[in-house]
Amino acid sequence: MEQLEVPKMPWKRTNGFHPPEGFAQLREGPPVRVRLPNGQVAWLVTKHADVRAVLSDPRVSAKDSQPQFPMLIDLPPGEGMFSFLRMDDPDHGRLRRLLTAEFTMRRVNAMRPGVEQAVDDLLDAMVEAGPAADLVKDFALPLPSQVICQLLGVPYEDHEFFQDRSAAVLDLAAPPEEVGKAMGELGGYLAALVAEKVRTPSDDLLGRVAAAIPEERLTERELVDMALLLLVAGHETTANMIALGTLTLLQEPGRWAELHADPSLIGSASEELLRYLTIVQFGLARTLLEPLTVGGVTMGAGEGLIASIASANRDGAHFPDPDSFGLGREQGQHLAFGFGMHQCLGAALARLEMNIAFDRLTARFPELRLTIPLEDVPFRYDQFVYGIGSLPVTW
Amino acid sequence: MVRLHADPDRCRGTGQCVFVAPDLFDQDDGPEYKVIILDPEPASSQLLLATRAVLACPNLALTVSDG
Repeated sequence: MEQLEVPKMPWKRTNGFHPPEGFAQLREGPPVRVRLPNGQVAWLVTKHADVRAVLSDPRVSAKDSQPQFPMLIDLPPGEGMFSFLRMDDPDHGRLRRLLTAEFTMRRVNAMRPGVEQAVDDLLDAMVEAGPAADLVKDFALPLPSQVICQLLGVPYEDHEFFQDRSAAVLDLAAPPEEVGKAMGELGGYLAALVAEKVRTPSDDLLGRVAAAIPEERLTERELVDMALLLLVAGHETTANMIALGTLTLLQEPGRWAELHADPSLIGSASEELLRYLTIVQFGLARTLLEPLTVGGVTMGAGEGLIASIASANRDGAHFPDPDSFGLGREQGQHLAFGFGMHQCLGAALARLEMNIAFDRLTARFPELRLTIPLEDVPFRYDQFVYGIGSLPVTW
Repeated sequence: MVRLHADPDRCRGTGQCVFVAPDLFDQDDGPEYKVIILDPEPASSQLLLATRAVLACPNLALTVSDG
């Protein structure tokens, strides 16, 4: 087979703040076939315009039951894991529509006082115990974890259990059977919780969606899978954006002080961090339902593809001087939340949490700094969601 | 003069347009929270924002046309 000549997908970073070397060169040419670490071969789409095009094309499928679906996370075969994230319409639309009301701008804006309170409480506790903290364990992880628990109606007392299992699910270095075990334990936990919400309706997201089960708009099983997706997606991503974002803002002298002096920059700082860091680091997996021409190359029906949003967000054709972090950058259309029908449902909530977190952190800790050298910061190279494992700081 | 259009069949109520340009867009009261164009003929001072909102729609539900 010609597969012997297929190059490996760029995978290993040489700098914690930049995607692996190799993407810049790939963006110069048309999409190519690459080999994934698990041996699969898939098309790699790297340009901003091409990534946007494939992610919004109805001929491109997100169903992971397709034989050539690129498995970035090696999971034992199973139905419904990752819920509507890995479905096409009409099932995707049927399930996701049940959540539209929960994540509108208006609903998310109404969560602001609760998120501000959670941020202030965590920072108060840090000050109380300080002046030193692990910003991941003491702030960046508990914040989104508390927010998603409250929204879903999951008891936060159980956070150690599901944080630990979520981390295992998204650890690409973990053997598939361990990932499967963690998935199974999380699924069992959420199945019991959902069963309770079906019996006794509660005024939280899972309770409200459970009310649609008797109307046959979804099954109890589908709600459990949905809960798993929301719980995992809801805290790992935002946690890593806050932690890695803080580290990025501390890299250049004066950047943190600039935000402290002018909080109106926070919103655009969050957007630039989303673009620059793009923590869904290995991209979005898809297969083709029909042949599709992308960037002058025709890909065949059934073939797998990876849309590299991290590469798209460093495309100089869309973002001038793409590898530099710029607080005053003219806003482009970053693809950190994906694009198309699967674009992140929780984008507004993630933005709200990031904005409040960076606003309060810069306001209360103008002298925030690392207590370890940058080379000792544990970057999460092997995690589906990129970030850092801990961030020792003082102020 | 430009004109903003929304295709309600494409809109999935993600609210990206409202995030980018809250003065130009809103969402209805459900159940699908479809886009409402508040100002179909935005002033030239709002053009950049309008264009960014059009490009931000993940479901390509928004278009802008001349006149």
